[in-house]
Amino acid sequence: MTTHQPIEKTSAVLDSVVIRFCGDSGDGMQLTGGQFTETSAIFGNDFATFPDFPAEIRAPKGTTFGVSGFQLQFSSEDIFTPGDRVNAMIAMNPAGLKVNIDDVEPGGIIIVNEDEFTKGNLSKCGYPAGYNPLDDEIINAKYTLVKVPMSRLTKDSLADSGMGAKDINRCRNMFALGIVYWLYERPIDQTIKYLNNKFATKKNLPEVAEINIQALKAGYYFGETSELFPSRYRVPPAKQEPGIYRQISGNEATVLGLVTASQKANKPIVYASYPITPASSVIQGLSNLKRFGIKTIQSEDEIAAICTAIGASFAGDIGVTGTSGPGLALKGEAMGLALMLELPLVIVDVQRAGPATGLPTKTEQADLLQAMFGRHCESPLIIVAPRSPSDCFNMAIEAVRLSVKYMCPVIYLSDGYIANGAEPWKVPDVNQIPEITITHPTIADIGEDGFRPYERDPQTLARRWAIPGTPGLEHRVGSLEKEDETGNVSYDPDNHDKMVRLRAEKVARVAESIPLLEIDGDPTGDVLVLGWGGTYGSITTAVHQLRVKGHKVSSAHLQYLNPFPSNTEEVLRSFKKIIIPEINLGQLSFLIRAKFLIETHGINIVKGQPFKVETLAERIEEVIES
Amino acid sequence: MSTIESKDTTLPIYTAKDFTTDQDVRWCPGCGDYAALAAVRKALPGVNTRKEDFVFVSGIGCAARFPYYVDTYGMHSIHGRALAVATGVKCANPELEVCVVSGDGDLLSIGGNHTIHTMRRNVDLTIMLLNNKIYGLTKGQYSPTSEQGKVSPTSPAGSIDFPVNPIAIAVASGCTFIARSIDVDMKGMDEIYKRGIAHKGTSFIEVYQDCNIFNHKAWFYASQKDTMPENTIKVEHGKPLIFGSEHNKGIRFNNGKPEIVNIGKNGITESDLIIHDETNMFLANMYSQMAHPEFPEPIGVLHADPSKPTYNELLQNQLDEAKSKANSKQLDLQALVTGNESWEVK
Repeated sequence: MTTHQPIEKTSAVLDSVVIRFCGDSGDGMQLTGGQFTETSAIFGNDFATFPDFPAEIRAPKGTTFGVSGFQLQFSSEDIFTPGDRVNAMIAMNPAGLKVNIDDVEPGGIIIVNEDEFTKGNLSKCGYPAGYNPLDDEIINAKYTLVKVPMSRLTKDSLADSGMGAKDINRCRNMFALGIVYWLYERPIDQTIKYLNNKFATKKNLPEVAEINIQALKAGYYFGETSELFPSRYRVPPAKQEPGIYRQISGNEATVLGLVTASQKANKPIVYASYPITPASSVIQGLSNLKRFGIKTIQSEDEIAAICTAIGASFAGDIGVTGTSGPGLALKGEAMGLALMLELPLVIVDVQRAGPATGLPTKTEQADLLQAMFGRHCESPLIIVAPRSPSDCFNMAIEAVRLSVKYMCPVIYLSDGYIANGAEPWKVPDVNQIPEITITHPTIADIGEDGFRPYERDPQTLARRWAIPGTPGLEHRVGSLEKEDETGNVSYDPDNHDKMVRLRAEKVARVAESIPLLEIDGDPTGDVLVLGWGGTYGSITTAVHQLRVKGHKVSSAHLQYLNPFPSNTEEVLRSFKKIIIPEINLGQLSFLIRAKFLIETHGINIVKGQPFKVETLAERIEEVIES
Repeated sequence: MSTIESKDTTLPIYTAKDFTTDQDVRWCPGCGDYAALAAVRKALPGVNTRKEDFVFVSGIGCAARFPYYVDTYGMHSIHGRALAVATGVKCANPELEVCVVSGDGDLLSIGGNHTIHTMRRNVDLTIMLLNNKIYGLTKGQYSPTSEQGKVSPTSPAGSIDFPVNPIAIAVASGCTFIARSIDVDMKGMDEIYKRGIAHKGTSFIEVYQDCNIFNHKAWFYASQKDTMPENTIKVEHGKPLIFGSEHNKGIRFNNGKPEIVNIGKNGITESDLIIHDETNMFLANMYSQMAHPEFPEPIGVLHADPSKPTYNELLQNQLDEAKSKANSKQLDLQALVTGNESWEVK
């Protein structure tokens, strides 16, 4: 496209923009997207991000399966999702364009590095011989296609740097970022600060910092002088509650939540884990926080990890293990041990698409039934699920609080989407977070019959947590069925029946310690959309849109899956139709139907991707109108 | 460490009875596990630790019932996982004396992975492997230490599995204390167990244990009055390798391999024999390959190297170092939660 407007263009003001950076998994797209997010955050926009990358670390260059993408929506209004339709896309190579072009809205901007659209690269990603999408009339008519020779321009701008071709080539992403900063009127200082810190301060490579900064500036000035764009765009800051804000991803929030819980409980956490996507960044984050008394152990396997966490809890620390679905399956027997021992334990499951190895870097919420039933025999556990990246902070604290209060394992169901996605977060005042009270019995607490490790608190049914090293309370716990109160091995049939019921009742009573299910919208009506976990953003946005359209529809979102909040049935019975969207084939529906004998209408899309708001709104509308 | 010292000064005088629970022992009469239990109960009063500071952890199997019978803290966990649990206990509270007792199925088959990794990390635990070369609790199937050809309910035509070598696994995993004992040798077991507990690092003690129901006499070639002197060799640090009922046989190197020689014959004297050196892993490796009937099987402390730091120590050191190096801002929870890239909305 061509324009003949003067350089001093006026800016169009937009409420929100969705942009996506894409390219080879080695092109630095995650970093580029992260920088744009950081800058937008500090600028004051609300935002939500969606990093989407392949499981292969460096898939063969130029192939479609090696494409890495980073999408973000930034807005002057409250938003809950990274957006459906991409307004502007930056494609660093043909494969990126090919994989992502269908998500760009008609008329949307596509900025490509045209130097990469060579014969060889076009054929690598499967375009027919002789075809170049950049020359495709339909594509040129449908989108605002901006062809920039980024490789050449980056090289030219750094010709005098004295650096090698490889280093220079790696600055292309900063050149692209510079263009986008210009296009959306963003300041570049934040990224300059970042580059200086990353390369000059931390890695002692000031020359690398310098060429990246030069490329960033070159891109920015290129945007300004090239006249390739009809207009610049401005997304004003969002109206946010006053306070201190930061950007946070779900796994970062999980880490901070666990550390906060440890401090509030005045107890060390032992976090034992085996690396697994997308949970690894939790153990990585925690292993940098040894100064807070966090002990991280990289175990030899998933089973060792949970057993080590159980051992730590037995010894009086808070044992936590983290994994994804395949690892949760391996931990099944040990979860049964922990619930039999009635010890605190938190099991972090950052869900990914499966079964088996499945799609390791893609999201899904299909471990709910595994969390509920994935153990032998009667083995109910507490299940909580954060609903957004920042909510991981609160729910991680909740998981620890419930686990120690009820002496019961808690499964914490995060997912790949909220784990890697980021949003702005109003930083809480940690002093306002309640303490987690833990008491251990001592010899003074022994009754006339001696120490009875399985004596229970009459209200919570939690047994007492006597820890090794305490004189006079020596006792044995084990995986064999225990006699009520004494904890001695017992094969008595009536005792077993009693213990099975006690363990179930204990979990049921957790409902007394959790908040009620809240309704967004009218408290009664025709339609309630019920969700759980990481789909909160999409569901909330879709329901708000439908209400604007005139539909009478409310929503509610479960963060506690076992037990359900005590008013769940009452809420459900206040509506004629219950719609349950899930990224699985109907697992919450299954539980709701089984527990309450209430009809549900599932919306189930299992593509390894978060829900698109548009699709969700359409599907909800279909059910409403059916 | 001062707290431990002050605790020790008032350490009660214990007897084996103090380490005996009120639970009935449910092993078969005549089981070798009784001897191991008696040896442990006898050893514990002598290791200068308060009874509340002991934790016994086991997996599943006959041997794994052990913690129920020792009046300390204890956990009977699940099959194969004792070492993973014990690692958690020790890392959470390094002042505890953590002991694992389990069988050959538990430690070498279903839990084999944890055995290797616990040893290579050198977690400060004392592991007693009660090796009866059979699956007892599930009624007599062959185990990973059963000899090839073993006829059992799952191998009626004879097992086609070749057995694993527990000592060789310990050597390969860099275990810092490797010992072997026999259930009938109460005195030897008592001494080895005490040393195992005192050792800082992973102590691995294999005990030849008779399952008199499903694999009776499996160790008789080594455990009987008439067989022990000829078919085993007691190794002692700094002393030559001598065995035999007449005390007249020894082991020397011949072309890099051990060879049985008769002392006093062909001009052979004690000075030709190998001198046992606990710190020498090459010797431990050799012991792991000395098997009946070709060689007498070594009994005693085969290897002890206290120089390697323990996992729990290193873990704690990193924590202490991180704490001591951190400035007040780095130790402030609010500052951590706020992060370095926050902004203010007014």
